[in-house]
Amino acid sequence: MTSNEDVIMATSPRVLTQNPLKKIWMPCKNGLPDQHISQRRVCMTNCPTLIVTVGLPARGKTYISKKLTRYLNWIGVPTKEFNVGQYRRECVKIYKSFEFFNPSNEEGLKIRRQCALTALNDVRQYLSVEGGQVAVFDATNTTRERRGTITRFADQNGFKVFFVESVCEDPDVIAENIVQVKLGSPDYIDCNTEEAMEDFMKRIKCYENSYQPLDEILDRDLSYIKIMDVGRRYLVNRVLDHIQSRIVYYLMNIHITPRAIYLCRHGESDLNVKGRIGGDSGLSSRGKEFAKCLGKFIQGQNITDLKVWTSQMKRTIQTAEAIAVPYEQWKALNEIDAGVCEEMMYEEIQGHFPLEFALRDQDKYRYRYPKGESYEDLVQRLEPVIMELERQENVLVICHQAVMRCLLAYFLDKSAEELPYLKCPLHTVLKLTPVAYGCKVESVCLNVEAVNTHRDKPDNVDPSRMPEEALLTVPAHQ
Amino acid sequence: MTTEQEKIELQQTPLLKIWVPWLGIGGCKISRRRGSSVPQLTNSPTLIVMVGLPARGKTYISKKLTRYLNWIGFPTKVFNLGQYRRDAVQTYKNFEFFRQDNKEAMQIRKACASNALKDICIYFSKENGQVAVFDATNTTRERRVSIVSFAKEKGYKVFFVESICDDPDIIAQNITEVKVSSPDYVNCDKEEALADFLKRIECYKQTYVPLDDEKDRNLSYIKIFDVGSRYLVNRVQDHIQSRIVYYLMNIHVTPRSIYLTRHGESELNLLGRIGGDSGLSPRGHKYAASLGSFLKGQNIKDLKVWTSHMKRTIQTAEHLGVPYEQWKALNEIDAGVCEELTYEEIQEKHPEEFALRDQDKYRYRYPKGESYEDLVHRLEPVIMELERQENVLVVCHQAVMRCLLAYLLDKTSDELPYLKCPLHTVLRLTPVAYGCKMENIFLNVEAVNTHRERPVNVDVTRDPAEALKTIPDHF
Repeated sequence: MTSNEDVIMATSPRVLTQNPLKKIWMPCKNGLPDQHISQRRVCMTNCPTLIVTVGLPARGKTYISKKLTRYLNWIGVPTKEFNVGQYRRECVKIYKSFEFFNPSNEEGLKIRRQCALTALNDVRQYLSVEGGQVAVFDATNTTRERRGTITRFADQNGFKVFFVESVCEDPDVIAENIVQVKLGSPDYIDCNTEEAMEDFMKRIKCYENSYQPLDEILDRDLSYIKIMDVGRRYLVNRVLDHIQSRIVYYLMNIHITPRAIYLCRHGESDLNVKGRIGGDSGLSSRGKEFAKCLGKFIQGQNITDLKVWTSQMKRTIQTAEAIAVPYEQWKALNEIDAGVCEEMMYEEIQGHFPLEFALRDQDKYRYRYPKGESYEDLVQRLEPVIMELERQENVLVICHQAVMRCLLAYFLDKSAEELPYLKCPLHTVLKLTPVAYGCKVESVCLNVEAVNTHRDKPDNVDPSRMPEEALLTVPAHQ
Repeated sequence: MTTEQEKIELQQTPLLKIWVPWLGIGGCKISRRRGSSVPQLTNSPTLIVMVGLPARGKTYISKKLTRYLNWIGFPTKVFNLGQYRRDAVQTYKNFEFFRQDNKEAMQIRKACASNALKDICIYFSKENGQVAVFDATNTTRERRVSIVSFAKEKGYKVFFVESICDDPDIIAQNITEVKVSSPDYVNCDKEEALADFLKRIECYKQTYVPLDDEKDRNLSYIKIFDVGSRYLVNRVQDHIQSRIVYYLMNIHVTPRSIYLTRHGESELNLLGRIGGDSGLSPRGHKYAASLGSFLKGQNIKDLKVWTSHMKRTIQTAEHLGVPYEQWKALNEIDAGVCEELTYEEIQEKHPEEFALRDQDKYRYRYPKGESYEDLVHRLEPVIMELERQENVLVVCHQAVMRCLLAYLLDKTSDELPYLKCPLHTVLRLTPVAYGCKMENIFLNVEAVNTHRERPVNVDVTRDPAEALKTIPDHF
């Protein structure tokens, strides 16, 4: 990432070459890429950012930390969370009781402070040495003193700080949190539900007396968002840059109302049957069969207020038509654009563009088809879809293989390396239900035969490979 | 499964290239739309209600928000109560009109509010409006309660936008920029106007009840403090309110300039071919060098330079000698099957498409390509980031520049595709008062004209000559 302070003094323009993988035009000197020109990266921030959670136990800090981290990584901002409770568990092997958190427990205080400092040290390592861009420091951070320590640490290291405080007094919400994520925590592995609940409530009490929420006056120079009552109200103070603005927007769109997201591809298409990629063909007869089954399946699920989304391609719309419910077409859900390779079979791509075919196998996530798109481009294109999915409740998304892989990677926290190889077969519905800190996945195969369209990464990805080596993993087709 | 459903075929609408179901019964086509071609992001109309003392930026926010919402495709209109009052009371005398004890004036002001709300009704029910911005002080709870009941009765959602500011410098600045020159003060000098306006503000202060954390906890609103240093957001109900909040939290009032230009003339431009990814012509290189000199002369602080991913914009930026960022979202409109064709070739190969495009250039989507409407959606994150930034130079393309310009200058979707964005010209846009001042700077390097006007005959049956009438010259 180029520093914005660099100024190129040369007055004659540099020659441009197009990077073969990403198809990005870059200036080169002596045939080699010159100064790395900054690509539009979503983070657009010069310094790393330290997000600091604030709040009593069971206010959703870890939930928010994990979800935010997942989102930022998906949109391409390297992010990592640092959970101080985890550090404490590693330090104090066995958790006895809430007394550990008693403010008069000197020994406990010492250990907790040490854990926080160890975690901050790892934060420094991640942001300054390992190339991380955002670190989420997940702890209660309920005293002004502790937050002062963190702010000084950030200043010394050149990190921007953004606080995320969660304030909630609704006893039902708190009890629900405890049931969902605390009872199953390693801390309470040997306790029954009542014991765990009682102990945790006392734990919360230990923090209450010394809790100093972020204050409108005293903390007016800090950058923060205060989330009140699980998102009913927000107070946002001094958003400094693009990434903080995106974080605020994301946090303001998520909710915890139970719901299910259904993902599936269109029914088998005529081009699928022929082993051709892309295009805008209609459903095969088996594809139409699947659409009918999908309709029955959806009806059987008895879903309240289901929204149905399709792309603007014929095959997803035909699929939705069979369900006989209103649906909305999103251009953003269109399949990845394969550019010059549209409607080709893999065999033809190997025949006409063997170098491209090899490059794609080398880095399937970043590889951009000539005059087409990459998975990386797809993720950017799908971000508004994800944002709206977060806002919605029950949704069925009828889309395409590459698109479904991107959406699935977001929900299941898959890396850029795994994403392009996620298995999303035809005629299978995935039902995703948020649970605890993640997502439960149920795979429902609707028992209608279809071709396999999944091509695994072959062993040999070198451009000099034999055609057979390239085509080894191509799935069968007509 | 009924045979009726089995017979359902999809047809692609010729203009938008959207697949819709048609029921074919013996040659007679009945269109039955079950799906909508765009995501339904709002069901009921939304009434945005401004709240705040005079000179707190309510009209600035109203106009800017309206411009943004219209650009992204939500029909929106501002209803400025001051305008209604000026229409009712032809001549403004002085601040006494706004005194709390001025019963006659109160009647008039109340009637104006009522008329404005009536017009809002008409806008929603008869004019296909989706969002109305009620721009008035709305500083009493009583007034707000009556608006909320009005909206509830009609089935409109309400979202309040309150602007709170006590910085006397900002208020004085506002008054100077937009109040002193208002029709109300057309016969006063600056000092008189300022003094009167300050007394006007005092009239409101006595009865001002801001939105309250407790009492108004069931309302949906955003409170903006001190021109954006702090926000309080309560009960966002739906997608559009969420977008509005995001937008309001990204805009600022710091003075700055936005420079828009196309890449230098390209090889394909010379040949009259559209799209593609060619490099600059010699004149194009010359322009880029001139652009570099021009910018140095402008002495712009912390200028950000943005290009697309296409060779011609990047080659242009390379001449500037400063770091630049490449945005894929700034790529030229994808002309699909028409990429790299001349207009003559498009007429020859796809005469119907060519005619459809002339019929509705904004919504027309190239086969396997994009429409201007698609472009706007693609460019929305660019606009959002432009709002966040300060001095920026955007090196882009004809259709893209038209979209950005339409946003900045509040042009309609009918005007947008015909905005003049010639090669080798820089537009410098500076926000001023409620709008944007534009300077057009031609850098004196010749280039082909790439602007094709709408021909008179847009019918599919027209002669080729009629279609090709407005094509600019090329090699």
